[in-house]
Amino acid sequence: MTAYPYVLSDSATMLRRNLRHMRRYPSLTLFIAGIPVVFLLLFVYVFGGTLGAGLGGVSSGRDAYVAYVIPGILLMTVAGAAQGTAISVAMDMTEGIVARFRTMAISRASVLTGHVVGSIIQTALAIAVVMAVALLIGFRPTTGPVAWVAAAVVLALTAFAIAWLSVALGMSTRSVETASNLPMFLMLLPFLGSGFVPTQTMPDGLRWFAENQPFTPIIETLRGLLLGTPIGNSGLIAVAWCVAISLFGFLWARRLYERDPAHR
Amino acid sequence: MTATASRPAIHAVGLRKSYGTQVVLDGIDLDVPEGTVYALLGPNGAGKTTTVHILSTLIAADGGHVQVASHDVSRDPDAVRAAIGVTGQFSAVDKFLTGEENLVLMADLRHLGKGDGRRRAEELLHRFDLVDAARKPVSTWSGGMQRRLDLAMTLVGNPRIIFLDEPTAGLDPRSRRTMWQVIRDLVDGGVTIFLTTQYLEEADRLADRIAVLDHGRLVAEGTPPELKRLVPGGHIRLEFADNGELEKAARTFRGASRDDESLALLVPSDGGVGSLRTLLDELEGASIDVDGLSVRTPDLDDVFLSLTGHPDSPKGAA
Repeated sequence: MTAYPYVLSDSATMLRRNLRHMRRYPSLTLFIAGIPVVFLLLFVYVFGGTLGAGLGGVSSGRDAYVAYVIPGILLMTVAGAAQGTAISVAMDMTEGIVARFRTMAISRASVLTGHVVGSIIQTALAIAVVMAVALLIGFRPTTGPVAWVAAAVVLALTAFAIAWLSVALGMSTRSVETASNLPMFLMLLPFLGSGFVPTQTMPDGLRWFAENQPFTPIIETLRGLLLGTPIGNSGLIAVAWCVAISLFGFLWARRLYERDPAHR
Repeated sequence: MTATASRPAIHAVGLRKSYGTQVVLDGIDLDVPEGTVYALLGPNGAGKTTTVHILSTLIAADGGHVQVASHDVSRDPDAVRAAIGVTGQFSAVDKFLTGEENLVLMADLRHLGKGDGRRRAEELLHRFDLVDAARKPVSTWSGGMQRRLDLAMTLVGNPRIIFLDEPTAGLDPRSRRTMWQVIRDLVDGGVTIFLTTQYLEEADRLADRIAVLDHGRLVAEGTPPELKRLVPGGHIRLEFADNGELEKAARTFRGASRDDESLALLVPSDGGVGSLRTLLDELEGASIDVDGLSVRTPDLDDVFLSLTGHPDSPKGAA
């Protein structure tokens, strides 16, 4: 990628374009916020009584489960936004406008950067909605403002990593349909980790996966920052995963963007 | 053709491109002088779009050497991109935005600055008769309007060299004429146009030079009259007032065919000015009175057929 003096202004132009798309067609953003809210209500009110009783510890029951499940729901929100990003990227790539961008003297990274930053903003909106609902149904973080800010930073890092990954996923496909299915596994990851129930109760193989997959240290870090549970080395591992996924997504996306458009 | 034909706007030597075992371009040379219209004519699958993609930095050639606006496309693509505008075969507009927003987006990406960008957008909306729909999402526009917006977006940055890949494919006759006029206006403004077309009439009407592309090779190149003279079949038709004059003429031009019914004589000719002058001199010398004279040159349909030897041809005159 050549250094180009207009990287920032071109990226800002592309971001404005993506935000305009979101504003004009808000249904995707609403969908992205709606799915985790539905899961939150489902897990708290349908499963929460039973699951909460199984948590053990000093507090248990539905109220304890609300607190337990929030970090998992937050990651589910990030994963859901990834689906939206992959869809918009795939739609963009099927439109001729991207071919036009390629023949213009604009920073090549700007198209991708516009999508990534747009995706992070979309994720932040969805997380705000999810958090509002969580507070309404009785979620109360027990830690102080500094920890909340730290939790927001962790979420932002995660959103950044997942955004790059989903941009690459969106470009790797030929059709919008595939693009909307590819990031599905991200929605499942909070379930196959410590998002909804503690990993201790899982069978060995699954438990090994659950404890070593990227979302679990992120969930544990968020849980610690919001509820004061021990974080241990989860914080460091979480940041490492975010950096690794970001880098992988970025390099993959860039490679796909440089690819010969006639033979996608 | 204007006089500033010194520097080539596009210069390509030995252009090659294959996809797997399929050879799409098999060594193409192009020279397009500044301020002229160059038409690449050929049927579907001849390699026209691939050529445009390579010249406009969209894809890399496998072999050969290309300079556009005096910059090497592989070594300095951004310098080429700053000088060119491309309107592809498929609509390159953002359907979720309004027409105005599309144009302002282009102005921003050309770094025109806010005020200049808005003015340029307004000007182009007027020029392409898109003012009424300017504030509506492009997805609600007709195909012809989208095509006009597409071209308007290409013009935002005042490119010196414009690539048009089948600019009139699928347009109704009136829109096609409008497009031709736009192209002529651009050339009057000193812009170089490289266009591809399947329509022989279009190349004939617009282009200063035409290259005929067939199966990845250029089978002919020249001005429209030059191309027409490459093929046999042209003649000069002489009409006479009476049988006597026809007799005299038939004796003068042996090998001509007589049409006694309409008192006409068809003299084989390439239709060029030189041979016409010779013929007039001979008529003068033999003091033959001619009632009427017309020149019939072969049209580009004949050219294509005779050059490629197969009729899998352009769509004929539109």
